[in-house]
Amino acid sequence: MIICERKPIDEIKSFIAGKKKVLLVGCRGCVTVCNAGGTKEVEILAALLRLDAQKEGIELTVDEFTLERQCDPEYVDELAGLVEKGYDAILSMACSVGPQFLSRRYPKQDVYPSLNTCFIGGALAHGVWTEHCQACGNCIIHHYGGMCPVSRCSKSIMNGPCGGSSNGVCEISKDVECVWHLIASKYMDEGRLAEFAPIQPIKDWSKSRDGGPRKIVREELVK
Amino acid sequence: MTREIKTKSNLEKVLASGNFAVTGELGPPRSADGHEVKEKAVHLVGNVDSVNITDNQTAVVRMSSMAAGLLVQREGLQCNMQMVTRDRNRIAIQSDIMGAYALGIHNLLCLTGDHQKFGDHPQCKNVFDMDAIGLIQTVKMMRDDGRLLSGQELPEEGRPKIFIGSAYNPFADPEKYRIHRTAKKVEAGVDFMQSQCIYDMPRFRAFMKEAVDMGLTEKCYFMAGITPFKNLGMARYMQKNVPGILVPDEFINRLKGVDKAKQAEEGMKIAAEQIEEFKSMPGIRGVHLMLIEWEHMVPEFVKMCKLTPRPSL
Amino acid sequence: MSDFDPKIIAFCCQYCAYNAADTAGSMRLQYSPDVEIVLIPCSGRFDVILALKAFESGADGVYVAGCLEGGCHFLDGNIRAKKRVAYLQKELKAIGLEPERLAMVNVSASQGPQFAQNVDDFTAVVKGLGPSPFKKKLAA
Repeated sequence: MIICERKPIDEIKSFIAGKKKVLLVGCRGCVTVCNAGGTKEVEILAALLRLDAQKEGIELTVDEFTLERQCDPEYVDELAGLVEKGYDAILSMACSVGPQFLSRRYPKQDVYPSLNTCFIGGALAHGVWTEHCQACGNCIIHHYGGMCPVSRCSKSIMNGPCGGSSNGVCEISKDVECVWHLIASKYMDEGRLAEFAPIQPIKDWSKSRDGGPRKIVREELVK
Repeated sequence: MTREIKTKSNLEKVLASGNFAVTGELGPPRSADGHEVKEKAVHLVGNVDSVNITDNQTAVVRMSSMAAGLLVQREGLQCNMQMVTRDRNRIAIQSDIMGAYALGIHNLLCLTGDHQKFGDHPQCKNVFDMDAIGLIQTVKMMRDDGRLLSGQELPEEGRPKIFIGSAYNPFADPEKYRIHRTAKKVEAGVDFMQSQCIYDMPRFRAFMKEAVDMGLTEKCYFMAGITPFKNLGMARYMQKNVPGILVPDEFINRLKGVDKAKQAEEGMKIAAEQIEEFKSMPGIRGVHLMLIEWEHMVPEFVKMCKLTPRPSL
Repeated sequence: MSDFDPKIIAFCCQYCAYNAADTAGSMRLQYSPDVEIVLIPCSGRFDVILALKAFESGADGVYVAGCLEGGCHFLDGNIRAKKRVAYLQKELKAIGLEPERLAMVNVSASQGPQFAQNVDDFTAVVKGLGPSPFKKKLAA
C-alpha cells in the first residue's frame, strides 16, 4: 500500500490561516490501513484544529467526511453536495493522488494536502512500515531471492552488496538493513550461489518514472 | 608473468612487466584552486606509478576528478581517475569517459560511490543509474567492442583505450560473499583492483588464497591497500567507527607501547612490515598507498619500504 | 487562582483505578471534588479522540488511570495507553497547550489512598496551570 504520514500541525495550520470554513476529507484506502488519513485520523486532526482555533479565539468550522477512495472519480463525486455548501479550503487526508483528484473535480476549491506521501511499503509490525517498492515498472525481485534491490538498497545497485555493508546494515544508517546482505546470505545458505553469481545487467529505467509520467490504458476496460 | 598490453597506461606497463607496482592517492581540494593539487602532486611524482584522484569522496563536493587528474598529469604523473556512479547517469558516464581519454587519461577507477547521506549535500538527488560492475562493463564495451551502451559504434581511433580499475573490499559483509563480488568484477572485465586499507592480515591472506584458487589473480592485477596509522587515536577510531575496516588489537598495542611522539614512526613501521609481506604474497602485484592529507610523507615512506626508484618503462 | 475549580476527566480502568476510587470512598478518604470519573473496560480502551473530545467539551485536564505496569488484565493495555498519552501530549504541545494537562497514572484496585493522592496531585497541577485556554476563549 501507499504509506503516508500526516504533516506537522503547524504546516496544516498555515494552509488554513484566515479561513473560516474547512472541509477535512479522509480516505478509506491505503491511508486508513496505515493510520494516516482514515475516519479516525480525520476526527483527530479536526479536533486539534478546532481546539487550536478556540485557543486563539478564532472562529473556525471544520467539517469531516471520509470517502471510500479519493483516487476514483466516482467516489470523489460524492463530495459534490458538501462542496456546494462552500468551503474556504479542503484539506485532503489521502496520498497525494487524493488532493489532485479533488482539485481536478472541484477546480474552484482551494485543496491542500494534509499528508506527506512517503513510499510504497508494508507493515512489518503494527505501527512500523518499511519501503518495499519504487514502482520501477519492471519487477525483477525473482532474481534476488524475492527481495527488491531497487527500493531496499540505498544505492539501488544490481550487483551488491557494496563495500558499505557491515554486520547486515547499510552504510547510511544502523536502522537500515542491507538488503544485499539478506539476498547474498539467502543464496549462500541455500547452496544456490551459482544462480546468484551471474552479473545482473544494467537496468533499463525507461519503464520507471525516469521514462516520464506513466499511464496504463486497458482497452477491454475502457467504456 | 607478462600479459597483453591494452593501453598506454604506465601502471599497466609496470604491472605487466612483473614489477611490484605502487599507486598513491590524492584528494582534490574543496575549492577551485589548482595550485593545491600541484603542491600535493610534487610529493608523489617519481614515487608512485600512478595516482588515484578521488571523485567527490564521501560525497563531499571537491574539484572534479577529471580536472584534478589532468592537473596532476601536467606535473608528469599519470592519474587513476576515479568515477562514481552516484552522480552520473549513463549519458554523462560515457561522455566523461570519452572526454577523459581525449584529455590523455589512461586509467579509470570504477566505483559505485558513497551514499550522499553523510556528505555535505544530503538534500541532493542521487543517480545510481548503474553500479560499479555496470560501469566496468561500460568502459570495457567502449574500449574492446567499440560500442556505446546504445549499440552505437565508435570509430577505431575513437575507442577509449583505458586501463580499467576498481576496488575490492575483503572486510565488508557478508564475509563469505566478498570473494564472489570480487569475482563478478573480474568477470565484468576489470584489469586491476585496489583494496580498502588492510589491517587484518589473517583475513586478507585467506581472501587472497581464495582469489588465487579461483584463478582471479590470473585475470586481474590485485593491489593491496595501505594506510599507515598516524597515531593511536586514529587506529582506535578506525577500529571502532569505520565499517568494513578491521583493526587487530595487536597493532593497537604496538602503538600504545611507544611514546606519543614516536607513534607515527611506529605506524609507518607496521605498514612497512605489511608491505614486505605483500611483496611475496601470491596474487598480490602491488600496493596502493592511501596517505590522505599526509602526501608529504610519501617520499620518506616509499624509501623506507624500498619501493623506489620506480621503474621507467 | 484559588477560586478556580478545574474540570478534570479521569478515564479509569474497571479493574484497578475504578475500584481504587471505591476503596478510597469506603475508607472515607477526602479528595478533590473536581474530578469526573469515566469508566473504561481497560486503559487500553483509551483513545486520543476521547481526550480531544473532553478538551473540546471544556475539560481543563484529562488523565488516564490504568493498572500497575505488568498488572494489566489484558496484558499490555496500560502500556498502549501510556504511548497514546505521550503521542497526544506532543500534538497538544504543537498547538500550544501545556502537555501536563494530560497525564497517565498507574494504580492498583487496593490502592485507595494512592488514588486519592493522584487526584489531588493532578488537580494541583491543573490548578497551577489555570483554566484551559480552549475553554477560556470559548467563554469570551
